[in-house]
Amino acid sequence: MDIKIPEVGESVREALLAKWFKKNGDIVKRDEPLCEIETDKITLDLNADVAGLLTISVAEGATVAVGAVIGVIDESTAAPEVSAATATPGLAEKLAVPSSSPSLRREMREHNITPDEIEGSGKGGRITLDDLFSRIEEKSKMPPSSRPAVPVEPALSAPEHPVVPSVEAPPTDIQPANVLVPDVPPVQPLSVHTEQTPVYSSGREERRPMSPLRKRVAERLVAARQQTAMLTTFNEADLSHVKSLRSTYHEHFLQRHGIALGFMPFFVKACIEALREFPQVNASIDGDDIVYHHYYDIGIAIGGDKGLVVPVVRNADRFKLYEIDQAISAFVEKIKSNQLNISDLEGGTFTISNGGVYGSMLSTPILNPPQSAVLGMHAIQDRPVVRDGQIVIRPMMYLALSYDHRIIDGREAVGFLKKIKEYIEEPEELLLEG
Amino acid sequence: MSEATFDLIVIGAGPGGYVAAIRASQLGMKVAVVEKRAAAGGVCLNEGCIPSKALLDSSELFAMARDRFAPHGIAIDPPFLDLDTMMLRKEDVVKKLTDGISYLFKKNEIERLHGTATLKGLTAAGQHQVEVDLAVPPPVSSGQQSLLEPVPQSTVILTAPKVLLATGSDASPLPGIPFDGHVVVSAREALSFDQVPEHLVVAGGGFIGLELGSVWRRLGAQVTVMEMLPQVLPNMDRQIADTLYRSLRKQGILFKLSTRITGVRRIGAKAIVQFNSGTGSEEVDCDKVLVAVGRRPLTGGLGLEALGVALDESGRVTVDDSYQSSVAGIFAIGDLVAGPMLAHKASEEGVACVERMAGMATKVEYEYIPGAVYTWPEASCVGATEEQLKAAGVPYRSGRFDFAALGRARCMDETEGFVKILAHLESDRVLGVHIVGPRASDLISEAVTVMSFGGTARDIALICHAHPTLPEAIREAALDVHKEAIHA
Repeated sequence: MDIKIPEVGESVREALLAKWFKKNGDIVKRDEPLCEIETDKITLDLNADVAGLLTISVAEGATVAVGAVIGVIDESTAAPEVSAATATPGLAEKLAVPSSSPSLRREMREHNITPDEIEGSGKGGRITLDDLFSRIEEKSKMPPSSRPAVPVEPALSAPEHPVVPSVEAPPTDIQPANVLVPDVPPVQPLSVHTEQTPVYSSGREERRPMSPLRKRVAERLVAARQQTAMLTTFNEADLSHVKSLRSTYHEHFLQRHGIALGFMPFFVKACIEALREFPQVNASIDGDDIVYHHYYDIGIAIGGDKGLVVPVVRNADRFKLYEIDQAISAFVEKIKSNQLNISDLEGGTFTISNGGVYGSMLSTPILNPPQSAVLGMHAIQDRPVVRDGQIVIRPMMYLALSYDHRIIDGREAVGFLKKIKEYIEEPEELLLEG
Repeated sequence: MSEATFDLIVIGAGPGGYVAAIRASQLGMKVAVVEKRAAAGGVCLNEGCIPSKALLDSSELFAMARDRFAPHGIAIDPPFLDLDTMMLRKEDVVKKLTDGISYLFKKNEIERLHGTATLKGLTAAGQHQVEVDLAVPPPVSSGQQSLLEPVPQSTVILTAPKVLLATGSDASPLPGIPFDGHVVVSAREALSFDQVPEHLVVAGGGFIGLELGSVWRRLGAQVTVMEMLPQVLPNMDRQIADTLYRSLRKQGILFKLSTRITGVRRIGAKAIVQFNSGTGSEEVDCDKVLVAVGRRPLTGGLGLEALGVALDESGRVTVDDSYQSSVAGIFAIGDLVAGPMLAHKASEEGVACVERMAGMATKVEYEYIPGAVYTWPEASCVGATEEQLKAAGVPYRSGRFDFAALGRARCMDETEGFVKILAHLESDRVLGVHIVGPRASDLISEAVTVMSFGGTARDIALICHAHPTLPEAIREAALDVHKEAIHA
């Protein structure tokens, strides 16, 4: 087939053959550009109409008339068609992803949601922000049992929805009023949804719908169990030293800082020192990554009139003992006066839950995802223990550490808890370390 | 020897490092930046993007006054070149911008150290140590502070859990032909010639060679570009590169393609360049040889070997998706890591790197990073070239619109060039946009935006563009994808 200079415009009679892209004797494919021609109006490519062997008859740089033949393609010598399968895969794969916006893509990554999970409602399947938000909502509401196919994935998708860590106390004790729900519209964050919903009573038993808050708490607690590899290790600590420190310095401390020295600051300090030594206990899982937190935001479970809340003492490692005590007292005050803010409950890298205040002797706390561990404190009881071959009476406390076995190995968990025990039994070391 | 502890130490205050430092500070990190130059801004501000664009703009005005006023009905005597003033203006532009960064550092409470940094391994507590040989700022007698050798004064040790390497790159020499700083020079010196060379030989037909070749061509030099490959700008869309090539030839730049420079002989202040275009050895006289054949990452002297930081086969630091190297706590961005050596790519990576440190899910979307060549006409691109689409077997449609048919381009007397849009045959999604023409570098932003949002050629066609403006060419090209262009 002849290659001719085409008609390019009414007044155009000739064109410059600017460049041959192919060499004489090349095998060309159909629609491949052969050469470029330039007129005073336009520059355009001439593409091959057929595949075959190219023979050039006019060299580049020549001015040729419209309609002139500048070469021939011999169709009998066509090259085999390159199939699309041999093409580089990257580009084609990218094209399969539905359209979205840059901010939306980041939002999807934050929530570990892939584009194929979302049905785009926009033009041509475009994913909109509304699509994403409703997907996030949907995921957080979905009961975990209804997601059989991907048992682990949902855990990764809802990392910032902590569950109220709760010692498994009798049902009356777990009324977590204030659950942190950062990504969903506020669900009356600090006021309990009192049960004014319709009551269906038939005498022997009654059935009441769960309040939305209660439902969320229930989901989160179950989710924490199902989506983490949670287990609990135990130890016990002798609180003689801490107790004697407290009684010795009680007056002094009260005068100087206007606050009674409690047990909690010792445990916070002990936990931080232990977290420093076992950074994975302070870490969390995000997608395929482990995020190590180089700060120590410690959640303290505090029982209030309206239930258990977990305010977070931020950067607790920078606090002195009395400052930790003051921070906790401030939270207690805020809870009493209903002044607690959502921001007080957000984040947290580790949680301490004291079931001892309810008299619990031993229980297994539930993780507060995305946190990877929670320490359970319990009631102090005088118990007979053996010291130097003698049975003596000491104030003892059982300690429980629930942890996510996916990132914390048993050895580390046990070592971590043992560290806490040592720091509590020998608080001098804590104080010397600052 | 004093010590100080930070959350992040950034080595290098170029467009990667300084942007990362400011972002890190915004995110609450305590940041130190170590920079070997007295001025911040790196190559980009001191001897790259900014001074070259200052000279490109000045020389363009000069060439316009000389060559293009007459058809507008403006009759003037041939303009006289005052090169000293042109250079002073360039230096003033640079100074105002580098001072601006110093101000931003202060504002963001970033600790800035002038000196050279070496990684010194971990402390007992697992913190990275960086030793800084502090330099005394050179006397401010000349504007070229960046060229003076800093005088070592004392050493400080900084520690931080994270160190971000952003030391950038420098010009590669021709094999066997080292830089001499006077005749065989890099872009740095070519931005500060004290007179217009009679004949400038440019080794390398990449964007740096073409831009600086353009500057000196406009100011009156004879310019010969020698390129080893058979075409200039090998990574750009071929139609764009070829059009620009023809335009630059028309402006009087000589090109020798498929040409290898084999040697340079110095004769006093001049030189003879020996080259081979495939037909035996040839020679040409010149006053300057600008070598712009590529850049190499500045990984030396940082102590990377001792620490065991892995490099890839091209000498760039191997990093993961978070820009962390093979050594925990050591990060690298910009010219030090794979990808195009572009200032805006380095800045994007700097932000992504520190945001990921802060736990954000930021990611650089490399497929939407634009590129631009600041010759005149300018050239710019984003996304796939036609050649890449063909190679990948992606079915596409192409739309094209020539500036010659555009009202505003006619008014400006800037009719060279065209816009080309490549859209997927089925989905119509825009896959690549390539522009050669007036202000192509500014025009590409619309294309980047549309592509980032996954837009289609029809989307562009449905968006109203002000008339008469250059961006109308983009809309017409989008219409032409479906052969519906109004003005073609």
